[in-house]
Amino acid sequence: MISLDLVAKSLTEILSTILYVVGGTILLEIVLYVLLVRFLKLKLAMPYMLLAPAAVGLIALVIYPIAWELNISFTNMSLRHFKVTDYIGLTNYLRVFVDPVLKQVTFLSVLWKTVLWTGVNIFFHVLGGLGLALLLNRKMHGRGIYRTLLILPWAVPQVIAVLAWRSEFHFEFGFPNLVLKSIGLQPIQWLSEPTWNFIAMCITNIWLGIPFMMVILLGGLQSISSEYYEASEIDGASAWQQFRNITLPLMRPVMTPAIILGTIWTFNNFNVPFFINQNELESSDILVTALFRAAFQYNRYGFSAAFAFIIFAILVVYSLTYLRFTGGLKGAFE
Amino acid sequence: MSAMKSTSSLGRKRSFFYGGREDSSFKRLLIHSVLIIACFIAAYPILRIISVSIRPGDRLLSTNLSLIPPDANLQAYTTVLFEKEFLQWIWNSLVITIATAMVGVTLAATSAYAFSRWNFPGRSVGLIFLLTTQMIPAAMLMVPLYILAIRLSLVGTYRGLVIAYSVTAVPFSIWILKGYYDTIPLELEEAARIDGASQLTAFLRILLPLSTPALAIVFLFNFTTAWNDYLLARVILGSQERLLTWPLGLQRMQGQFQTQWGQFSAASMLVMVPTMILFLLSSKFLISGLTLGSVKG
Repeated sequence: MISLDLVAKSLTEILSTILYVVGGTILLEIVLYVLLVRFLKLKLAMPYMLLAPAAVGLIALVIYPIAWELNISFTNMSLRHFKVTDYIGLTNYLRVFVDPVLKQVTFLSVLWKTVLWTGVNIFFHVLGGLGLALLLNRKMHGRGIYRTLLILPWAVPQVIAVLAWRSEFHFEFGFPNLVLKSIGLQPIQWLSEPTWNFIAMCITNIWLGIPFMMVILLGGLQSISSEYYEASEIDGASAWQQFRNITLPLMRPVMTPAIILGTIWTFNNFNVPFFINQNELESSDILVTALFRAAFQYNRYGFSAAFAFIIFAILVVYSLTYLRFTGGLKGAFE
Repeated sequence: MSAMKSTSSLGRKRSFFYGGREDSSFKRLLIHSVLIIACFIAAYPILRIISVSIRPGDRLLSTNLSLIPPDANLQAYTTVLFEKEFLQWIWNSLVITIATAMVGVTLAATSAYAFSRWNFPGRSVGLIFLLTTQMIPAAMLMVPLYILAIRLSLVGTYRGLVIAYSVTAVPFSIWILKGYYDTIPLELEEAARIDGASQLTAFLRILLPLSTPALAIVFLFNFTTAWNDYLLARVILGSQERLLTWPLGLQRMQGQFQTQWGQFSAASMLVMVPTMILFLLSSKFLISGLTLGSVKG
């Protein structure tokens, strides 16, 4: 039940938060106005004043924590050394590669698991998304209904979807095992067998991610003018040739950012591995859940900070290389 | 465009990649059956949640695969609504989420305006920085944010959560809004300024109303970020019963020694249905907004 007392309390808390934000912004703008317009007589004061509130927020909640994290990554901070910490140089960075990052798994095995996880997921997301988009990109009965039903996995809150999938992987009562038993096969230990647990994670995430790809790719397909296909048909092109030489190249501007985003989201996906596995098998951890465990279960703060920067560096290098090769975000800086 | 589309009804043979009603009936059958199977897979876990939520209490776990049990009832729903803290969780999530979306949209709308209309020193560095923040693993910021929250005594309050959610959603929101502002001709604002309007009035009266679809997407993005978040809420709110948001509450329901599957599923349904309706209603907006930046001209 809900008590009016608590309702009133949370309302005042939220309203006061908004008042703080508004008051802080006004104060900030006045200071900036005096400083930039009155004293420095800057012509371009307007954009800086527009950006200031968001910039202050980002500095306080992203840049400052990262700088703090960088500092911590050179120390031996942990639950035992919390107040008094010593600088130990690059030892933490070295430890990430040399020692096991959790109790049993090493960095390289977690990295390999993560790459496998990302690769398998993106492959099936694109394959499934493109397949369904191609099927839907035509005049047909019930197109709207199909589209709505196929978007459902994207519409369900992720935490609920993953918890529901976890219960489907129940040994006795889950759907896959009931089907396996009914056709006379051995049921699978989805939640305790490492390999099957990983496959269960992949199945869940593939199910979750296909609708996003499908919708983006369908938008791309619809923007391709039918004239190209008509012209190529006159020249006698086969369906496969049309796909290779018209659909794929023209889809590139839509596909590139979708794949980059999808890769980063999958690589950084916390909910699926965390909730399917519920912090049980270390072998099912990908980099981000291993990081969470190193920080909040084993409380090795300095070590996990170094670990975090290595993960971050991997992502940045990946994105830069990908952007360079595909020229993906060219128009965005105009 | 419309003229081009109408030519496709001339009755010429269609290729697989943009077929129409002229497909052979075998091919149509094939396409429909593939789509029906895909729809079934997409909807099945949701159907199972519904099915478990209406099962009578003594047969919650069943090896029977039929979706609607013969003696279905809504007891789990009444228990969740009137005997558990479920409504409290929903209320908590709702106030946090709405406050987040309001703050987040305002921050992003003004910042994106600066990025779209001025070429100031530091602009491209700023844009690259915003893109880079998208690569930060969420778990990376948790330890410093937790310690920051302890120092500012924001642990166990909503204040820290609202500010943290709205700020972390800002980079993506700025990108979406900047892309949309870029498509609105500068002449419209210039005309208003010639008529004597200030820059700010031109922004508020001309650009913002024209950007309603993009603002809606950004609102929705902020809304879902806060509504569905588990990690930050867990770190900042801890385990105080009265503060829990629904993702924490639901996980607690499932994590208990003996899970009440019926109640868990009923609670899931009650969260899921409004979220899904909101999502489906806005999906047209969402899709056009997401593809806008990439498909130009």
